Amino acid sequence: MSLLDIRGVSVHFGGVHALEEVSLNLNDGELLGLIGPNGAGKTTMLRVITGVVRASRGTVQLEGKLLNALPTHLRVRKGLGFAQQLVRPFQEMTLVENVAFAVGSEHTRHPWRSLLRVERKAALREGREWLAKVGIDGAADSLPTAVPLGFLKRLEVARALAIRPRMLLLDEPLAGLNQAEATAFADILVELNHQGQTILLIEHNLAEVRRICSRLVVLDNGRKLDEGSPEVVLTNPAVQEAYIGQGTVYADN
Amino acid sequence: MGYEISLLTIMGISIIGSLSLNLITGFCGQVSLGHVAFVGIGAYTASLLTKAGTPFFAALVAGMLLAGVFGIIVGLASLRVRHDFLAITTMGVNFVFLGVVRQQEWLGGELGVSSIPDPGFGKLGFLVVVFGGVVLVVLLSVQIRRSWMGYAFEAIAGDEDTARMLGLDVSRYKLIAFALGTALAGLAGGLYAHHVRFIYPDSFAFVESITLLAMVVVGGNGSIWGVMLASALLSVLPQWFQFIDDYKLLLYGSLLFVVMRFSPGGLAGLLQQCFPKAQNYLPQRREDEPT
Repeated sequence: MSLLDIRGVSVHFGGVHALEEVSLNLNDGELLGLIGPNGAGKTTMLRVITGVVRASRGTVQLEGKLLNALPTHLRVRKGLGFAQQLVRPFQEMTLVENVAFAVGSEHTRHPWRSLLRVERKAALREGREWLAKVGIDGAADSLPTAVPLGFLKRLEVARALAIRPRMLLLDEPLAGLNQAEATAFADILVELNHQGQTILLIEHNLAEVRRICSRLVVLDNGRKLDEGSPEVVLTNPAVQEAYIGQGTVYADN
Repeated sequence: MGYEISLLTIMGISIIGSLSLNLITGFCGQVSLGHVAFVGIGAYTASLLTKAGTPFFAALVAGMLLAGVFGIIVGLASLRVRHDFLAITTMGVNFVFLGVVRQQEWLGGELGVSSIPDPGFGKLGFLVVVFGGVVLVVLLSVQIRRSWMGYAFEAIAGDEDTARMLGLDVSRYKLIAFALGTALAGLAGGLYAHHVRFIYPDSFAFVESITLLAMVVVGGNGSIWGVMLASALLSVLPQWFQFIDDYKLLLYGSLLFVVMRFSPGGLAGLLQQCFPKAQNYLPQRREDEPT
């Protein structure tokens, strides 16, 4: 059984069909890349999964449980972890406090019980460990305003990992990074995946996508265009055509 | 002596009122421009009940409960609107409250409620009751600040969408902030009514909401001790200087502008800048880093 199973999802904004009958699945332990040119519907798909956008038709299931009717925070509690494209740290908290809040998400499930719980040391300690995993523990005590974008991208991932999700959704984590930073960050994702973390990666950097993903799903104009191994998918003329004109052509071909 | 006791009583009531707003606006980041409406609900409820023969403390609790219930209703609006739209919505609450009490004869209309019974503690005894309330509200604020509830409020104030993405039930926490904050405002109202023993709609006019907001902003949004200090100052100044009372809206409005422009952290922020070591002697917002 797939970890994440999306069947026949359509999203209509008025007359605009952002997604049309898209199905995809994510297997346990997989690093799946969801790619497509701008406007293909990738971010809409991600929003459908997180519950920010409700599907007009179709179903989203995690470990066989239907998520459609659940609000975002309950989907997260079911096992979704999410790192956003535009980094949104809590600006008044240090990096480690940002992650510690995620570590202790259990403590905030019941508001009245959360009023009685004061101890934070264990969460802060674990927060540092997550920061170390993504290589930014040196800046743990800095405020988000004092660190570069690359650190904030890693913070997003550390924070999403800290809630121990069954699967991690990453929305263009490499965007805005130079190639060296992107490669280093992609290596971290591979390492996490090797440690058993299931990842759905939405990304425009095709060189890195090809290098690290085990399987790709391509969207174009709200429809699924292709699916398969990176080598096969990226040499598909229809996929290449979808990217031509967008100014993004896979260089190796 | 009676004048000083009265001044301290007003100061204590102001501290309860401003800390109640600090809980919603300072801790949880939800702007409220009509907070005095909840003070008014507490004041009217408690005074009408004591006039009907209800014991003072029971009337006080009833005022808190009713203010809290209306706070939850307004809090429900905060789930739909944010930032400046929430500010306008809450401002509207103040005017709706005034519109209702002015028109209702059973609430005294324009003449308000007079001959509110004396709780019977004497002036000094009532001051002790008020400062008992202050201690409880301060202890609750400190506990919220250092607990995971405070952590959650801080996350919501920072970015509620991100908090939601980390599994936080943002709506419940916002409603709790509104319920607690408005119930405590109701407590301030009940105490105020039984201190002055005469209330009328203008006691809860929009300028009083701005006064409460000025206490929070001047003290330092979210800072318990800063807000207490600002409340103490801003509540007694109009009593000492008549012109401050006459030009309250102008002066407090200007104060809000100046603080937001030159010291957004308020008195607490200023103190921290001038005396960085002073914060070691104040209760910390969070526990120290792990050793």
